[in-house]
Amino acid sequence: MTEASARRSRILAVTSGKGGVGKTFVAANLAAALARLGERVLVLDADLGLANLDVVLNLFPKITLHDVFTGRHSLDDAILPAPGGFSVLLAGSGMVEYSRMTPEVREQLQKVIDEVAPRYDRVLLDTGAGISDVVLYTVSLADDVLIVATPEPTSLTDAYATIKVLATTQGRREVQLLVNQTRRPGEGRNVRAQLQQVLDRYVVPTLDGSLRLNLLGEVPADAAVREAVQRRQLLLESMPGALAAQAVMAVATRLLAADEA
Amino acid sequence: MLAQSGRPAPGGEPGSAAWLQGLIDALVDLSSRDALTGLANRRSFELALAREVDRVARSGEPALLLVLDVDHFKRVNDTHGHAAGDQVLRAVATALLDSVRPMDLVARVGGEEFAIILPNCPEPFGATVAERVRRRVERAPVLAGAGGTPIEVTISIGGAFAPQWVRSTPALWIERADQQLYRAKAKGRNLVQLETGAVSLVSSEERQALFDTTFGFEDHDD
Repeated sequence: MTEASARRSRILAVTSGKGGVGKTFVAANLAAALARLGERVLVLDADLGLANLDVVLNLFPKITLHDVFTGRHSLDDAILPAPGGFSVLLAGSGMVEYSRMTPEVREQLQKVIDEVAPRYDRVLLDTGAGISDVVLYTVSLADDVLIVATPEPTSLTDAYATIKVLATTQGRREVQLLVNQTRRPGEGRNVRAQLQQVLDRYVVPTLDGSLRLNLLGEVPADAAVREAVQRRQLLLESMPGALAAQAVMAVATRLLAADEA
Repeated sequence: MLAQSGRPAPGGEPGSAAWLQGLIDALVDLSSRDALTGLANRRSFELALAREVDRVARSGEPALLLVLDVDHFKRVNDTHGHAAGDQVLRAVATALLDSVRPMDLVARVGGEEFAIILPNCPEPFGATVAERVRRRVERAPVLAGAGGTPIEVTISIGGAFAPQWVRSTPALWIERADQQLYRAKAKGRNLVQLETGAVSLVSSEERQALFDTTFGFEDHDD
């Protein structure tokens, strides 16, 4: 194995300002892509209030994070193999009571992450949408944060707001961006450029230091995505040749390269 | 029942369809209101709150829940009697109704506890309204009984915004607002405490810049 396995695993939070931009789709398929590139990956469903990773993966586990939190089951019982060659830790229903970040939930989540982190090369935290205290806390546990946005105005505005909060309240100086559902090649670059310009003008002057938005890639709007989601399959498994699947593979490759650098 | 609550009898020939409909409408209205103050009662408040949680999760619009409690209400009852206590509650109800928009729902949810749901309420507006409500009650002492002894009435207010785009639960929302009410009480009463957080983060200038394609378009992706 490479040096990577000797290192502590990288924790990547996948988030979005707005819901419905394909955040969970990205998290699941990115995990499958990273697994394909040889990484041991765990996806933790950190959308405690409104989890749907189970639906995307068509997994309906009997034992979930909820049971780990309440002490009914061990962490090992709750970790499941997912179709794409990675592991998942699902929140399941009954987590609605955790949609507010109490000190107890904080502690539980931190404990779970500390325990799983050494066993994987990478842990993806699939956070909830929005900028709630749960999301902000979850992101604060991660080494890197990936914002999923679409070129749509509301998504852009909410992505901007999220980046602003992360920079000002968590001292993030580098944020990864994935632009989903692009309509033409290069749209992701434009979105990144526009966000970076506005950040430079309105946010960076309030920080000490710079703030870099790094485009990990763009995933084109692709009918295959909808089809895979409806069939509850991973795109990378069911239609690996699809444009969107190849784009996610490229994102995974770039992520690995960024770690090396 | 309608006569007892001081409402007119339904119009139309008794037993006719129109009369029956009028009777049903009046009874439905009656069952959703608090008898003492005429405000929405706890049941209709809970229904409205559940609807608002659902709406906020879908629309992402900001919404504020205020919970209000009359300060030292027990003392009012003990000193001036229960009739005066009822008068205070009615006066507070009127003050609340006078301080909010028609679209806001004012409810009496318990003995001396009230709540206001403010849909589509941005953060700065919410703080202003809550403060207005507090001052409106403070400035209008209630004249109790025949003697007309003025009773100084103040309220403590706690408030929490619904997490935008997030499907939370009515119970959690109430709990968050209650925590703020508790803080207001602990800090000495006659105060407003709103949960910070759910701030509108993007100014209109920033919003404009985000969509201004002439704002600068060279990509510094080096």
